[in-house]
Parts: sequence; C-alpha cells; structure tokens
Amino acid sequence: MLAYTLRRLTQSGFVLLVMAMLVFLGVYAIGNPIELLVNPQADEVERMRATVALGLDKPLHVQFGAFLKGALSGDLGRSFVFGVPALELILSKMPATIELAVVATMMAVLLGIPLGLVAGLKPDSFIGRSIMAGSIVGFSLPTFWVGLVLIMFFSVYLGWLPSNGRGETVSLLGVQVSFLTWDGLQHLFMPALNLALFKLSLLIRLTRAQTREALLQDYVKFARAKGLSASRVIGVHVLKNIMIPIVTVIGLEFGSVIAFAIVTESIFAWPGTGKLLIDSINQLDRPVIVAYLMVIVLLFIVINFVVDIVYSYLDPRVRLGQSAGAGH
Amino acid sequence: METSLLPGEAPVKEETPFRRFVSEFAESKLALIGLAMLLLVLTVAILAPVISPQNPYDLGQIDLMDSKLAPGEKAPSDKVYLLGTDDQGRDMLSAIFYGLRISLGVGIASTVVAVIIGLTFGLMAAYFGGWVDTLIMRVVDIQLSFPAILLALILLAVFGQGVDKVIIALITVQWAYYARTVRASALVERQKEYVEAARVLSLSKPRILFKHLLPNCLPPLIVVATVQVAHAISLEATLSFLGLGLPITEPSLGLLISNGFTYLMSGKYWISFYPGLALLVTIMSINLVADQLRDVLNPRLKK
Repeated sequence: MLAYTLRRLTQSGFVLLVMAMLVFLGVYAIGNPIELLVNPQADEVERMRATVALGLDKPLHVQFGAFLKGALSGDLGRSFVFGVPALELILSKMPATIELAVVATMMAVLLGIPLGLVAGLKPDSFIGRSIMAGSIVGFSLPTFWVGLVLIMFFSVYLGWLPSNGRGETVSLLGVQVSFLTWDGLQHLFMPALNLALFKLSLLIRLTRAQTREALLQDYVKFARAKGLSASRVIGVHVLKNIMIPIVTVIGLEFGSVIAFAIVTESIFAWPGTGKLLIDSINQLDRPVIVAYLMVIVLLFIVINFVVDIVYSYLDPRVRLGQSAGAGH
Repeated sequence: METSLLPGEAPVKEETPFRRFVSEFAESKLALIGLAMLLLVLTVAILAPVISPQNPYDLGQIDLMDSKLAPGEKAPSDKVYLLGTDDQGRDMLSAIFYGLRISLGVGIASTVVAVIIGLTFGLMAAYFGGWVDTLIMRVVDIQLSFPAILLALILLAVFGQGVDKVIIALITVQWAYYARTVRASALVERQKEYVEAARVLSLSKPRILFKHLLPNCLPPLIVVATVQVAHAISLEATLSFLGLGLPITEPSLGLLISNGFTYLMSGKYWISFYPGLALLVTIMSINLVADQLRDVLNPRLKK
C-alpha cells in the first residue's frame, strides 16, 4: 500500500512538473504583453524599462527557473494588469467559483438521483422514457447556449432574474457568499442551473444504469422475498448499493464542474476564477493565466490522486495489477 | 428459388450483415428522425453557397441600412429576411448556412485526424504491449484525467486564434479517447483464434495488424467517433463563443452566437438564438444517430 502510494505520488509530482513546463512555455510564447501594458505613446526607453521591470528581457529558461522557484514558495508572479500577486488574485476569486460549483453540484445531485432512480425502476414507462429523452437533450445542449436561453427567458422576457454578477454578498466565516441573501440567491440561481445541467444528465444516466443492474442482484430478490415493502427495498437496499459509484463520480466530476464554470462565469459575468481566466487571456496577463492553470491542474492532480488511493484501498486488484507492471 | 411474387410484394431478400444492420438501425424511429435531420444539416452545409439568399461575407451584397431587423420585418430596401439580420445587415439565414459549413467542417476534419492518430497508437499499444503500451497508456490516462475544455483552453491560450489552431487543439483533446477504445477492443480481439491462425500462417505483423485486427476493432470506434464529432462541434462553438476559437473571418455558429450575445439584453434575440438552434439540431441529430449505432453495434445488447 505504501509503495503504491509513493509511486502514485511520484507520478503526480511528475505530471505537475510537466504541466507546469507546458503551461509556462506555452503561455510565455504568445504575443508581447508590453504592447498592451505600456501606453502606446510611450517611447523606447520607457518600454525597455517596463520590460526589465517585469523580467521579460531574460532568456526563457531563466524565466522558467525563477518561476519554478517562486511557485514552490507559493509565488506565481504578479498580475501585469492589477499589480497584485497572481495567486492572491486567484484565491480572492475562488470563493465565488467554489460557491457556484457546490450549488450546481447540489442541484445536479438532488434532481439527478431521484430522476435516475425513477427511470431505472420504470425504464419502459412514459415517465422513464421522458426522463431519458430529457437527459439526451441535456447532453446535447452546449452549456453556453443554455445560458443564453436562460438569460433570454428569465431576464429579458420575464424580467424576473438578474443576468450578471453575484448580487449582495454577506460574510460567512470571513468569506463572501451569495446564497445567504435573497438578492444573492436570485443572482445564483441561473448560473448554478446552467452549470448543473450537464452533470444532471450524467447523474440521471448513471443512476438509471446502476439501478437497473442492482434490481437484478440476489440481495434485492432476497429482500423482496423476505416481504420487505417496495419503498424499503429501494430506499435502503438499492440506494445504498448504487451510492458508491455515484459518489465516486460526483467526486471525480467536481473538478470538471470548476473547469466548466469558465463558460458559465463568462456568460453570467460571475466574478469567479473562470471569468478572470478569460479576461486574462484577452489581456495577455500571463502570470494570472499561468497561476490559474497551475492551481486548477494541482486541483485535478489532488482529486485524481485521492480517488486512486481510495480505490486501491477498496479494491486491491488495482494496486496489485499496477505493481505487476502488466498494463493489460 | 421459390419466392412468393404476389402483386405488391417484394421478393424475400437474402440477409446480409449490411441489411441486418440497416433494419436494426431502422427499429428506432427517433434514430431515423435523427438521421433525417443530420442528412438535412449536411446537405445545407454542403450546398450553402448555392441555397443561401445572399453571400453574407460579400460586402457588396449586404446593406448596412438593413441591420438588426427582426425576423420577417420589412427592410427599408423592401427585402424581407426570414430570420432577421445582424448588426451588419447580414441575413441570419445565410450566415447560419455558412456557419454550419465551418462548424461541421472543423468538427469532422479534427475527428477524422484524431481517429487516425488514436487508431494507430491504440493498435500499437495493444499489439506490442510492454513498454510501448505502458508509455502510450500513461499519456492517455494523464490526458483523460483533465476535462477536454480545459486542455483546449490551454492550447488555444498558447497558440492563439485560427482555424488550423482550433483543429489542432480539437485533435489533441480527442485522440486519447480513440487510442483507449481501440486498445481495449484490440486486446480482446488479439486473443481470438483468427489472429492466432494468421500468426501460424506467419503473416507479416503489419498485415495482421491492419488486415485482421483493425477491421474487427472498428465498430466500437465508429460509435465513439460519432459521439465525438458532436463533442468537437460543441467544443469549437464554446471556444469561439469565449473568443478563443475561430477568428472573425471564419464565422462558425459559435461565433455568430457570441456576436448576438451583445444584443440579447436589448431583446434582439434572433441574432444569437437561431444560430444556437442550428447548433442544437446538429448536435442532437448526431447524438440520436450515435445512440442507436451503439445499440446496434454492441454485441452484448443482442437478444
């Protein structure tokens, strides 16, 4: 177990290093940010001074070395545009993104599991078929277009909900949150629904498939034979057993919810990390782009690492298969 | 040969794998509707220059006076635009036809190249095993642990805009799916007797790979590729919407939607709504076809 954990940890570290290199070299290869940062009327001397001040005159590998050294101590450079440390900027936008992602995941779970359960219990009924048809539509709809339609309907046509920003926030344990004020909730509803839709469709399909499989198992037959009520068989025996894969997927997908928040945040002008990334790409604010990507890559590596370790703990075949070195 | 030839009754045809495939595919009405929609979309995309009321990118044909007209509204120039016009006075219907062309072209081109790359690496991993397999599958695993949109965003942030760059980004995010799919089915096929027979006949390695293994790995690949075309189109639209995909000179559906977004709040919904609808119909029809293909080509679901 320890050997597997160590090997997996080394691999994670290696992936992080490779991603850091790709991101850094890639991002620093685009355009010359000086063009955007210095007053267009500035003369050559002033431009040179700005270039030197930002360290852009040094060779690339020197810049990368400095970047790595800084990254290890939590310093990912200063935003060209805002003049504050990039990491600080991202962490300051993080609560908004996390709040959106958590609420969206909750929406997907609270709607997706019951709907999937119904579709799995009655796969051939009208309701079961409608739910599945709905999930195909949910899969097909590009997130950004759903966002537009939501704005069109709720903001422009009905005029019920605001279409941008976080609304009024209150401080909860030192973090600004929207979901505790009525105004904030109104602002939160549409982006969260938008972000939830894809995961909702995924959860419906997963729950349905798992339910159908569980219904064929002996323990369900046995529970029925014992004369347990249908609600107890489903609520306790089926639900408990299908929850393991579902919880795993929810955990694994949380990272991708944060990645997809880039799109939703851009549409609803939600002031989170995703919007910051798109703004930074448009303004060539390299340190922020690099810092954002490093933070999210780290997040993914941590999520995958934890899931792998938990899995290998639950299922010894995983780690034995790996140490035997046989890929197949 | 005794076939009943009553009037109006066709002779009973012999069942070939292809006919069986067609009749099984046709069992689902929804899939047939999807196929019909898909054919319609493809026809429109291919014939766009012929059937469009105007060439939306020929400045001589568009009139700035006709800008931002609602669908069906009469223009000062007495023209009526079925789906309205955008801020430049472009006919939205024509813009959508041309946009479909670009969206489908980018989606299909990137998928085809990604399939070829994925197929090659997947077959190699399965056939050679050992360190080749470990290396390829490690890269695949690592890549698939990140969502496609994030990788595509990184790549485009690096490359900048352009059709070629978007296609490269789409290929890069897709190939791993195919490599994994092909490897999985090739590993199963490799154990089968016909491959052993081919080995006993001491046929050359490339011949076994391409003439024997490859055709038998195709069905699951076709299913994945069909779904992926839809994903690629959707991803390209998303990237273009965010302003990181195609340049303004190659207006795909995503770019049209993005352009209309600015006018959405003032109630001019048609500039982004109808391109979105076209995108939706395209993606839905591909998904419907892919769903049925999966059921028909999956031997496990056969009764």
